[in-house]
Amino acid sequence: MWIEWLAYALLAAGSFFVVVGAIGVLRMPDLYTRMHASSVTEMLGSMLIIIGLMLLTGWTLSTFKLFAIMMFLFFTAPVASYAMANAALLSGVKPQLADELPEEKRP
Amino acid sequence: MITVFDYFTLTMVAIVAVATITSSNLFVASMWSGIYSLLMACNFFILDAADVALTEAAVGAGVSTVLYMGALSLTDDKEQVSRGRKILPLLAVVALGLILMIVTIEHPRVGDINAPIHQHVAPWYIEKTPEYINIPNLVTAILASFRGFDTMGEVLVIFTAGIGVISVLSFKPKRAASVSGSELGKQIRGLHHHAVLRVVGKLLIPIILLFGLLVQFHGKYSPGGGFSAGALFAAAIMLYGILEGADRSAHAMPQAVMLKLAALGCTIYTGVGFVCMLLGHHFLDYNALWPSNPKLGQYYGILMVEFGVGLTVTAVLIMIFNAIANRATY
Repeated sequence: MWIEWLAYALLAAGSFFVVVGAIGVLRMPDLYTRMHASSVTEMLGSMLIIIGLMLLTGWTLSTFKLFAIMMFLFFTAPVASYAMANAALLSGVKPQLADELPEEKRP
Repeated sequence: MITVFDYFTLTMVAIVAVATITSSNLFVASMWSGIYSLLMACNFFILDAADVALTEAAVGAGVSTVLYMGALSLTDDKEQVSRGRKILPLLAVVALGLILMIVTIEHPRVGDINAPIHQHVAPWYIEKTPEYINIPNLVTAILASFRGFDTMGEVLVIFTAGIGVISVLSFKPKRAASVSGSELGKQIRGLHHHAVLRVVGKLLIPIILLFGLLVQFHGKYSPGGGFSAGALFAAAIMLYGILEGADRSAHAMPQAVMLKLAALGCTIYTGVGFVCMLLGHHFLDYNALWPSNPKLGQYYGILMVEFGVGLTVTAVLIMIFNAIANRATY
């Protein structure tokens, strides 16, 4: 019983981080900070949701499949973010720095 | 609940379709089309068509995006804007859209039990597959055995398409090449700042190949089969080509051998059919392969036929990738 509640809590937390990541992608000023926000979705959000689902399925084949998906995301998501940031930097996208902004727009 | 997801993915599909045609940067447009395919794969999965979803995700989102990228690297990434609006194509598209909309009014609702698709041959397949073929995945049974002749046509079409692409790409380039394929490969291998990408990418290649083998040979029990497995094998080789330079992938998988393998796949498929004929049954009637136990005959027949399909699809996709990626100019 408590495992189920734990699973629901993890699912809720995961959904929360997905929403946070989405808001961040919409609100952040430049590419690099947006990628930082989206990595919250793709690592923390997806991991929490998958762990929650694993708790819900119990000891079945689905659990192993979910685990495989999690490991796959664990390897590929940071590398994909890295590749994107690397490509952006190489093609000349400059990060927006706070002290380059005009006075009234500074945080 | 599942209907909500269905409406959600379909809405997203419409939005992505509009974004695809309005973006003027062709790299962006090809990424959008990859997202479109992924959403369609989700949609197929919601409609319980897991086999189609697997193939759509592998071919639409994976392989064809890579091929678009390869083609764009040969040309230009900006759309050529033509001056003056053409009225005739717009009229044709609007008319076609209207016709399709009118047609959908007469469609039965999703999941309607009285729809012709659920009344015509589907009950027969569901009832008779355990009796005649005895494999759990009905899609594989229909695809490879009941409608084996259609699938043979599909494989031959893929083979023909591969031959067509190769013959188009084997023309001499318009411009003199500035860098050859092997020089480009050397440059890629010299990029030390991509070390992370290359190490992790190479870790994934065996896993993709293993999954491809599962999809190929487990296709009678779970979603999958020759078409999706072929796309997965080709995706692994394409990943190798992207990470290590296309000259190495072309060296590992030479074009001449790939051409012969593609032909061999078609030959295996049709050959099984002819063997059945020689054994005194109809073309592609696998019962002939094991007369004392027809179910076993069906089993081995489907296994061999799917192997032929996988071989052809893999070879054709690798051939097209290598041909595009090793061309320095268009």
